[in-house]
Amino acid sequence: MSTVASLTRATLAKDLRLEWRSKDAINSMLFFSLLVVVIFSFSFDPTAEESRQIAGGLVWVAFLFAAVVALNQTWAREMRNQVLDAYRVSPAPPNALFLAKVLGNFIFVTVLQALMTPLFIVFYNLRALGPAYQLPIVAGLGTWALVVNGTFFAAMSLRTRSREIMLPLLLFPVSIPALLAMVEATGAILTGEFSAKFWIVLLAAYDVVFTIASLFLFGFVLQAE
Amino acid sequence: MNYLYAAYIATWAIHIGYLSTLLRRYTRLRNEIHEFKARIEDK
Amino acid sequence: MKRVFPILAVLTAGLLSYALYEALVAAPTEQTMGDVQRIFYYHVPSAWTAFILFFVNFFASVAYLIWRNTKADMVAQVTAEVGVIFCTVVLVTGPIWARPVWGIWWTWDLRLTLTLVLWLIYVSYLVLRRFSSSGQTPLLAAVLAVFGALDVPLVYFSIWFFRTQHPQPVVGGGGSIDPRMLHVLLINWLAFFCFAALVCWSRYRLEVLRREVDETLALEALLEPRAKTSRSRSAG
Repeated sequence: MSTVASLTRATLAKDLRLEWRSKDAINSMLFFSLLVVVIFSFSFDPTAEESRQIAGGLVWVAFLFAAVVALNQTWAREMRNQVLDAYRVSPAPPNALFLAKVLGNFIFVTVLQALMTPLFIVFYNLRALGPAYQLPIVAGLGTWALVVNGTFFAAMSLRTRSREIMLPLLLFPVSIPALLAMVEATGAILTGEFSAKFWIVLLAAYDVVFTIASLFLFGFVLQAE
Repeated sequence: MNYLYAAYIATWAIHIGYLSTLLRRYTRLRNEIHEFKARIEDK
Repeated sequence: MKRVFPILAVLTAGLLSYALYEALVAAPTEQTMGDVQRIFYYHVPSAWTAFILFFVNFFASVAYLIWRNTKADMVAQVTAEVGVIFCTVVLVTGPIWARPVWGIWWTWDLRLTLTLVLWLIYVSYLVLRRFSSSGQTPLLAAVLAVFGALDVPLVYFSIWFFRTQHPQPVVGGGGSIDPRMLHVLLINWLAFFCFAALVCWSRYRLEVLRREVDETLALEALLEPRAKTSRSRSAG
């Protein structure tokens, strides 16, 4: 167990360091996220009451697009330098690599969300009428749901034609219950009309199921290539 | 009433469409096999 | 085997015709919805058949993951394809039924939405099979099928709760069913099930043939350059 933990930490630290030095991916993702928020604000221009009801959907669709951009480049560095072949040959547990990638993506997407959220609040005059402390919980669970499956499907897409479109194509259908939960929970918290508790529990269950499934099956996917 | 017939016709249109794709793929495969056999005989 | 197939095909066609007659003529007319309700006899059996096919796909995929059996992979491919076809029928007949009864084309009805999500998952499954290089296709597809299967209960619960918060019309009618209608429903289901089995069988044989041809062509490509060099050596 400790090998997995230390290996995960090492891989994650390496990824973060590389990303911090080059900043290529994070800069393009930042700008893309900004564009998404602005375009959504032009397309949907509701009054204050309506905005609370639809904001959940808007925000999460925007986050979803940003997440896909981040996920698509998850394995790009590894592909460029044949790191995956080295990993396959080494005795290192594949779960460590996977976990490191998921955590890295989680951090990236959370950073993007932290930057997009104030913009959304500004453009839509958002204010939470329900328990606002639940919002970070929803954001965290929801982001994990997208990122754990997204990293897994990104690995699956590596040896397919049209790799970039394959990822969202595989990710979106499977993520539907999680997306529904995220949107409904956010809407419930913003409008204060319903309790978001069921959706939060559903998201947690989704995260547990698919994290276990991904950890269990990642070995197969790595060997497949 | 029209809706009823539309639904039944649509159902069979879908099934017949799929079966005809299967048939087309089958004939294409069979032609490939004949072509292949002809090539073998040439050699 | 080859002689059995035409006999079964004729029997199935007969069963389907009889089922059609029962659905359109013999079954009693529904009180509130009228004749449009008869779509039910095609909509529900198609849904059941699709779900059964996807169930088989799940087991075949798991079997492949455990034993790497090629036949399991072929069964998985076949059931996914035919399952998508039946799913499409459900998604087309559903709105056609909903429109005259409820005045709207679509509703987030539990069965309809679940069918839509399954359709999406399995279409992505088929796209993955088409777009991945043939070496790893069976493995990746099997993994995706497992993910899809894990997703289904989560989809069910999420839609169920969504509907309690946002009440929607129910396509297909809940509650008890008249025994004569149940009889017609079961006949149609049996007919479509036999039909699905025959289509799967045909598709399976097509797949066996296709893989044989692919392998032979690949083998030929491997041997071809060697044949050319030996010919040139003997000529020179």
